[in-house]
Amino acid sequence: MDNKKITITINDQQYKVDAGQTIMQAADQCGYRIPRLCYHPKLSIEGACRVCIVQVAGMKNYVASCAYPVADGMKIDTNSRELRQARRDIVELLLDNHPQDCHTCERDGNCELQRLAYSMGIRHRHFEGERKHYDKDLSSASVIRDPDKCILCGRCVRMCSEIQGVHCLGQAHRGFNTVVMPAYNMPFAETVCTTCGQCINVCPTASFVEKNHTQELFEKLNDPDLIKVAQVAPSVRAAIGESFGLPPGRNMEGQIAATLRRMGFDYVFDTQFSADLTIMEEGSEFLERLQAKGPLPLITSCSSAWMKYMEQFYPDLIENISTAKSPMSMASAMIKTYFAHKIKADPKKILSVAFMCCTAKKYEASRPELDVNGMRATDIVITTRELGWMTKSAGIDFISIKPEKFDEPLGLSSGAGAIFGVTGGVMEAAIRTAYELYTGETLIDIEVNDLRGFKGVKEAKVVMDGQELRLAVAHGLGNAHQVLEMVREDRDRFHFVEVMGCPGGCIGGGGQPYATANSIPLDEECLKARASALYGLDREKTIRRSHENPDVQRLYREFLGRPLSEKSHELLHTHYKAKLPRGIVSPNLKVV
Amino acid sequence: MTATYRIIVCDGTSCLNSGARTLTTVLKAQLDKHGLTDKTTVSLSGCLGMCDKGPIVVVNPGYTLYGSLTEGDIPEIVEEHLVKGKPIARLAIQEDHLYNRFFRVFGDAKFFGHQMRVTLRNCGIIDPESIDDYLSLRGYEALAKAVTDMTPQQVVAEVEKSGLRGRGGAGFPTGTKWKFTAAQVGTPKYVICNADEGDPGAFMDRSAIEGDPHTIVEGMAIGGYAVGSSKGIVYIRAEYPLAIRRITKAIEDARAHGLLGENILGSDFSFDMEIRLGAGAFVCGEETALIHSIEGARGMPRPRPPYPSVQGLFGRPTLINNVETWANVPVIVLDGANWFRTVGTETSKGTKVFALAGKVVNTGLIEVPMGTTLRQIIYDVGGGIPGGKAFKAVQTGGPSGGCLPEQYLDTPIDYDSLAKAGSIMGSGGMIVIDEDSCMVDIAKFFLEFTQNESCGKCTPCREGTKRMLEILTRITEGKGQAGDIDKLERLGKMIQKASLCGLGQSAPNPVLSTIKNFRAEYEEHIHDKRCRARVCENLVTYEITEKCVGCGACRKVCPVTAIAGGPKKQHVIDQDKCIKCGQCFKTCKFEAIAKV
Repeated sequence: MDNKKITITINDQQYKVDAGQTIMQAADQCGYRIPRLCYHPKLSIEGACRVCIVQVAGMKNYVASCAYPVADGMKIDTNSRELRQARRDIVELLLDNHPQDCHTCERDGNCELQRLAYSMGIRHRHFEGERKHYDKDLSSASVIRDPDKCILCGRCVRMCSEIQGVHCLGQAHRGFNTVVMPAYNMPFAETVCTTCGQCINVCPTASFVEKNHTQELFEKLNDPDLIKVAQVAPSVRAAIGESFGLPPGRNMEGQIAATLRRMGFDYVFDTQFSADLTIMEEGSEFLERLQAKGPLPLITSCSSAWMKYMEQFYPDLIENISTAKSPMSMASAMIKTYFAHKIKADPKKILSVAFMCCTAKKYEASRPELDVNGMRATDIVITTRELGWMTKSAGIDFISIKPEKFDEPLGLSSGAGAIFGVTGGVMEAAIRTAYELYTGETLIDIEVNDLRGFKGVKEAKVVMDGQELRLAVAHGLGNAHQVLEMVREDRDRFHFVEVMGCPGGCIGGGGQPYATANSIPLDEECLKARASALYGLDREKTIRRSHENPDVQRLYREFLGRPLSEKSHELLHTHYKAKLPRGIVSPNLKVV
Repeated sequence: MTATYRIIVCDGTSCLNSGARTLTTVLKAQLDKHGLTDKTTVSLSGCLGMCDKGPIVVVNPGYTLYGSLTEGDIPEIVEEHLVKGKPIARLAIQEDHLYNRFFRVFGDAKFFGHQMRVTLRNCGIIDPESIDDYLSLRGYEALAKAVTDMTPQQVVAEVEKSGLRGRGGAGFPTGTKWKFTAAQVGTPKYVICNADEGDPGAFMDRSAIEGDPHTIVEGMAIGGYAVGSSKGIVYIRAEYPLAIRRITKAIEDARAHGLLGENILGSDFSFDMEIRLGAGAFVCGEETALIHSIEGARGMPRPRPPYPSVQGLFGRPTLINNVETWANVPVIVLDGANWFRTVGTETSKGTKVFALAGKVVNTGLIEVPMGTTLRQIIYDVGGGIPGGKAFKAVQTGGPSGGCLPEQYLDTPIDYDSLAKAGSIMGSGGMIVIDEDSCMVDIAKFFLEFTQNESCGKCTPCREGTKRMLEILTRITEGKGQAGDIDKLERLGKMIQKASLCGLGQSAPNPVLSTIKNFRAEYEEHIHDKRCRARVCENLVTYEITEKCVGCGACRKVCPVTAIAGGPKKQHVIDQDKCIKCGQCFKTCKFEAIAKV
């Protein structure tokens, strides 16, 4: 944007604004908020919904303010009678081709189309007619696609391709029959969809929602024969408050623990504990590879969407992927072995439920590689959003409930475990431990600032015993693609790479609460607030390094032996295999 | 001694229907029989116009135009005309002798006499697959003149001065486009020919390429020189196999002759071309959608600015013009902008090709100077309305054009006059409508097309045209409601002003123009449940008149036994039972059944 100031007129009032921006951006600066729908600041300009139209003097037609640049002397009308009617009619046209089932819709009360229709003053209808109908796609373990609710804003398509680099979705057919679908309308489960759920986050309606497991969980919570065990991911506590109208960034872990007990869970554990465990295994794995000279770089594996992405698009890097399971799967494995043994229970009677910020964890839980002793390790995965609904549905006063603590022996965590939820956090946590294991000295300055923040690709250097370690962190699969191309080009460029599938890391996960009326999906301020909750949690802890977690130490002492032991390998590590997209065989790809 | 003849057989759709291919086979056999095969060339051309007089055969030299030929005529033509050198007056099409001032006419037919063929100047005259033919008619002289005698700036200035406007439909000043693209720094830049002709019934681009592909190649090379591009792409729909073959051959031949490739004609200018095939989406004629399609993406338009001249194909500056626009370029360079400006009106220079169709005697492609009136086209070139029927409207500009009634017949055709009258130039469709057509039905027909072809991206076009179509459909089915016309106008005006691209912005035109000019017909449909043209089935009643001889044929075909009557007695239709299928009407041999 150039620094020149220009004068424009909006609704007969003159304003000085920066040149080189769009009418919408300029109007935003001047105290207007032109209604909008398909626009999203992080995505390319679509100009499709036409809700943000304005009249520019001298132009025959309206222009989309999201796309049209301001010019000196431009006279803009944003609110004439004619424009108001046109805008209203455009929104009504969207409603006319939309199911009239708001009361039973998952997005009821939190739907951008609903809000827009309300604010446009649509109180009766003029043009009702035929509605398109396509079947729902229920095939995916994580994401449901309901084309009937789609208003074709194209945000999901742009999110999936521009931010996530997955390119799973596209528009198909023409005119009134246009629909967003994967190539050849393949069932979602068979496509390259990584199940990250970002389409859900950006969808203004309920055209994409997670596969809901709340009813199944309510049923099982009523089963007296089951021992109900929960675990809660770091990012859930940083975001769930938003489901109850709190501002983002409040740590609600105590309220979650108290809520889950009232909901019927017998034990409530913390995934931050198993994050510490992950660091023990992954950190040790890193040091082993560093000493054995390879294969490096070691690339983190705790993000499930990222794992599917890697198996599909970067199977040549499988040998570089850490074999350590994700914290969720490690916790589940420990629940059904170590913990079951401790409470002398039949692991088959244990219901292991993971509360996650993530839709991809639903997919991960279904991966057969992660089964433990022939049992599914994680029985049900519930997203932050679902937890919000369940809490309200169960009649629990989440806001004023007295906070409670997580249960032992899988409930105590270090600060390193907490920051797992933010991009760069796994790397930072790993360095805290690896440094000490490698050098025998304690890392004093434990906050690695180069690894923090929301830059797409972050690079940092740490010196251990005179050896320089080159580190890279990427969040969002599009950014991962960039780092992986660097790795493909030069395997020696980095020693350690952290990849998180979602923008911002787990705090921006596909299962986090929807944007509210005054915010936009994946608003960076919101992500920052959620991140600060986790960094705050880290700072409040006396134990900030994973290897200092006494319960982790006890687990090794009593059950696993040491990191990378045979038992660890059996229960805490897994493997990956190439899942090339259908019909695509790259001759240059060396599949491991 | 027999003369050497070049015979052109029209291979347009209409002539094909009337047996052009069989004629060709018979002709070749006859030539063989008379030992003329080596001395005669037979080539096929795109539509020559005068479709109703097909199949058309032109014999050169002499430009004898034969029409309505049958197989039986061929031996006579070969024996009399080719062997003895005597053209057969009986079979030739001869009308008032008029000639075209600037370019050679086809023959002495009235149909051609009113025309002026600038862009189609070589169509039907040269063998389109022969670069030598093209060269013999000053082909590639314009390119030579540009690269040797003119600077790129001079070429741009010449095109700008000519006043040429984009023939694809919108009429944007071509020179301005060239200037913008030329002003962009950096390479690569691209030059694109938009040959994604999508209007139903329009075939001017196809015929221009089929009949004279080198003109396009030459025009694009000149464009490349002017704006500093070395890469041209012809985006042509895959449904045009002959045009594809000919433009491909033209590119290959031009390359072989050093007219494309490195250092063209010894200059520093290098330029080459390739073909990209379109899959037939109407919207891909929109320039940004076309560019997306070439890039391999879904053909959907994007908001402009940035315009393609700044950010086009692969994000690079791109000059994109329609086939007909390109075909004008060599003429402007060769004969000069000053000459070009003498043709046409104040704001629209040059000529325009139209696909004349509908209820008019002479149908087919025509090319007339801008400023020719609708009346001249329909009555002088087109020969008026057949069957003594009354003229009702003319629809210009393809499916998204407007319908103009009688009072606009003296409108001179140019971009601005047509717009003022409530229609558009579009890419040059022209459909004449007579009293037998229902204007609501016509509007519905066109909207059905644009609605189907909407890319689905923007709300007004995707959803709004669907609702308009639903309202129109219910009106034609006799279920129109008070307020429907207002709703159509409200939606139509919004769609025009709020849609993302030209498709949506023009889609309501047929509806709005028919409401404006034929409002009474809409009101009759809605309030009186009457279709005056008796087209809308639900609004028609069948009655048996006294012409009935009582043959009983109608009674037998009636699927609901609604017809009663004895032998040799006038039959009667029970209106309560009648489902208005029209079977009786079609069956009656005595014109005794009337639509009321």
